[in-house]
Amino acid sequence: MSPLAVNPPAPASTDPSVIRNFCIIAHIDHGKSTLADRMLQATGVVTPRQMKAQYLDRMDIERERGITIKSQAVRMPWNVDGTDYALNMIDTPGHVDFTYEVSRSLAACEATILLVDAAQGIEAQTLANLYLAIENDLTIIPVLNKIDLPAAQPEKYAAELANLIGVEPEEVLKVSGKTGEGVAELLDRIVRDVPAPRGVKDAPSRAMIFDSVYDTYRGVVTYVRVVDGTLVPRERIQMMSTGATHEMLEIGVISPEPVPSKGLGVGEVGYLITGVKDVRQSRVGDTVTNQQKPAQESLGGYEDPKPMVFSGLFPVEGSDYPVLRDALEKLQLNDAALVYEPETSTALGFGFRCGFLGLLHLEITRDRLEREFNLDLISTAPSVSYNVTLEDRSEVKVTNPSEFPEGRILEIREPMVSATILVPSEFIGAVMELSQSKRGEMKGMDYLSEDRVELRYRLPLAEIVFDFFDQLKSRTRGYASLDWKADGEQASELVKVDILLQGEQVDAFSAITHKDKAYSYGVLMTGKLQKLIPRQQYEVPIQAAIGSRIIARENIRAIRKDVLSKCYGGDISRKRKLLEKQKEGKKRMKMVGRVEVPQEAFVAALSSDEDNGKDKKK
Amino acid sequence: MPAQPEGDPAPRDGALPASSVARAAERTLSLYVHVPFCAVRCGYCDFNTYTMEQLGDGVSRADYHADAAAEIRFARAVLDAAGAPPRALHSVFFGGGTPTLLPARELAAMLEQAAESFGLAPDAEVTVEANPDSVTAETFDVLAAAGVTRVSFGMQSAVPHVLAVLERTHTPANVPRAVGWAKERGLGTSVDLIYGTPGESPADWRASLEAAIAMAPDHVSAYSLIIEDGTKLAAQIRRGEVPEVDPDDQAEKYVLADGMLRDAGFGWYEVSNWSRAAHGRTAEQNRSAHNLAYWRNQDWWGIGPGAHSHSDGVRWWNIKHPLPYTNRVRAGESPAVGRETLDAQTRYVEHVMLGIRIREGLPVDSLRPEGRRAVAGLIADGWLDGAAAVAGRAVLTDAGRLMADAVTRRLLDW
Repeated sequence: MSPLAVNPPAPASTDPSVIRNFCIIAHIDHGKSTLADRMLQATGVVTPRQMKAQYLDRMDIERERGITIKSQAVRMPWNVDGTDYALNMIDTPGHVDFTYEVSRSLAACEATILLVDAAQGIEAQTLANLYLAIENDLTIIPVLNKIDLPAAQPEKYAAELANLIGVEPEEVLKVSGKTGEGVAELLDRIVRDVPAPRGVKDAPSRAMIFDSVYDTYRGVVTYVRVVDGTLVPRERIQMMSTGATHEMLEIGVISPEPVPSKGLGVGEVGYLITGVKDVRQSRVGDTVTNQQKPAQESLGGYEDPKPMVFSGLFPVEGSDYPVLRDALEKLQLNDAALVYEPETSTALGFGFRCGFLGLLHLEITRDRLEREFNLDLISTAPSVSYNVTLEDRSEVKVTNPSEFPEGRILEIREPMVSATILVPSEFIGAVMELSQSKRGEMKGMDYLSEDRVELRYRLPLAEIVFDFFDQLKSRTRGYASLDWKADGEQASELVKVDILLQGEQVDAFSAITHKDKAYSYGVLMTGKLQKLIPRQQYEVPIQAAIGSRIIARENIRAIRKDVLSKCYGGDISRKRKLLEKQKEGKKRMKMVGRVEVPQEAFVAALSSDEDNGKDKKK
Repeated sequence: MPAQPEGDPAPRDGALPASSVARAAERTLSLYVHVPFCAVRCGYCDFNTYTMEQLGDGVSRADYHADAAAEIRFARAVLDAAGAPPRALHSVFFGGGTPTLLPARELAAMLEQAAESFGLAPDAEVTVEANPDSVTAETFDVLAAAGVTRVSFGMQSAVPHVLAVLERTHTPANVPRAVGWAKERGLGTSVDLIYGTPGESPADWRASLEAAIAMAPDHVSAYSLIIEDGTKLAAQIRRGEVPEVDPDDQAEKYVLADGMLRDAGFGWYEVSNWSRAAHGRTAEQNRSAHNLAYWRNQDWWGIGPGAHSHSDGVRWWNIKHPLPYTNRVRAGESPAVGRETLDAQTRYVEHVMLGIRIREGLPVDSLRPEGRRAVAGLIADGWLDGAAAVAGRAVLTDAGRLMADAVTRRLLDW
């Protein structure tokens, strides 16, 4: 058997029977990118010399965090029993924030490799994506990776995987992305087990967009999977959700660099370029058709990206506001899920209220803004979106505590999630205690194996966004994994807690919390600020209030002495320089009423790291 | 020891621009003579001082008076060259270090050189800082005969455990004895106190004030202890061996000092300085003319290693170590290593920063518009005297004295 293809099938004229479309589902550090690298080498798509580690992860940030944010598709030739096949590997994001993107990637495939670290076993997010794959009727190929590791327990985890998807343990493939062991067998297995795509060759063309990436030189590069018909260069195409039309400037496949082709036929996976500059004009999940001969029905499954977590982003230097605005504009070209609008905070100045898919999305965005645009940012505590019904039955949507309505409120509903937590059985008690304290309602519990348990809870998203994951990790010594998905909303007894400095509300610190937690939030924030804000020329009361009711209070005593008593034997310059230093120090202060608050105090008060630090000290 | 400020290089010949002496006729000229020697270095001190007698290369403490005299002659030559009119000295101040570590006749010799080079104004104030342990009755005979008018004693505290933290080695009982000797010879007397030393209780501070007042000097300086980087005390605090100084405690002690001194007949004339009528002189006459020259931004020449000078908007400072200092002076070169020429904005900043500290305060009409706008708020906060402001002067209240730097920043709109 010669694994390398002799006569690789050409795009646009490939019979669907020799096409295999698959993706890889894996947890963050379970070695997906490394395995993908090995497949590229084994199929001769890249030579070892060309091999850049983790070829598919293009952005630095992804490489550093070891996660793939944006998926791409690579066409690889492979020969089995004398027949040349075209294998399309579609890379998928691995994180819960990007569930929708994952679902679209899955919809572009007939099969998925379920890749699990042989030393760690399956994680909650992988499980969630596995369920998605099964719902999409994908063929599952179970694979244990990193079998070269000394700590690997391939027998144990093969049994766990087999049990999970209902196969025999021997059917679980064992590979090492590091050494390449088992990779050729995996490719053979893909050809043998994955069904060929099916579609109608002569029907009006329909292709599903499963990814859309902004490229500085080419504009938006759209990744599609053709279901019916054929897409060819120079034709006019139409986006079925918006009706927008574009001229197709280029179409092709990635192998591993873009290679223009005469088109893409049924079952094929590739890219197209239309010259649009903004990924929002080429949305993931949308259906592409021919403008002249349009399909009647879209492929379905398209959803607008829904931001779940909101946070205010403010430049530390007020003069950086235009830089931040331009930076967000640029990021949005490549991130259809990022939404933002200008926001003004009395405490933090001018910034933007941004909506994110989840906390990781927030972190990545913030990181990129700071790194790629050299910005220094303050982000306010993440919030969720509340639906408030006022007494006059009107509805208000609140994504920012400062928009919380003043009038009489009939009901407040908060977004809920259903969460799946995988944990070694010894931590069940700790997880249950934590979930309860986070207002969670238990929905079920199953043993995946003798010592691994899946717990299911319904929880307010706000609790997840606050510090649930950090707490979960610390209470289970890092063993727990978490996955969640949106699960409707629920009326809750929520209140807005304001923080006042000398009677002036500091909008950046207002929070919407459950009424039972308002007091502890108030005590926490007033205490933090009391420590962080230096003494002023006046006494400064710090209060936490619900409406006009004060629930917690601290005092910063007035400074009593602000004079340098000596003149250092005529060294006037020295005294003046001390004074100038004080002036420079003040530049870094934000004024809240008459109170000077150092930037660092806002940053420290808004970061949850500080809490962690405190907990550790106890 | 703190580094010298950053500035422009000073010319080797020390030449001054004509602008720095253009108004010299209206400005007083003082002389500061730094004596950079101590028997031991105190734990809190960051002044430019050395404890060795021999500094190497043929430079020794014994020759210092002659080298300082050379710089005095050099000073006169530079001022003349710049075109300054001759000015008799308004005040002379021997500071340190420990001036009395030098034999009194050497101090007298330096004063003689000053008188020869510049002349002394008829009522010129001539002060020597004295360590109570390094003087005898005869010291004051020599000083008084040479024309010294005033002695400032480094008392710091009357309480042994406080002196121990400061590493002051003098015997408390020696202070009133030395003050007595000075008074007997008709010399003005001042005692320096330090408050807020770690471990000093309010009762300790009261005891020190009582002891100072009991000596009946005509002048008292009281400075809050400042922990300077690089001192032994700073290191002890960093290592937790000595508690940190507490600004609230220092504020309380300032208030106590001001009250007790007032009751004893002393009135403040600068944030850290009080004087009283005594020995046939008014309280005003017993103020330190030399220190006031600093606060009033007059001209002075600083003689000696590390000394700072000022001539109408040009400030310069000498090289710190006595060895290169001596070599330069002996070679007829300027010992200055850096200088700054103040622009109008900086001069205004200094005008406000210095002037606000003295009892007369600042003329309101010398303030820029933003400063004049700030006055009302400072009166409301109780830091500027309302009646004085109405009369045209920005003057600190008692409470305002403790906030002088905050007041300065607000007057500057910083």
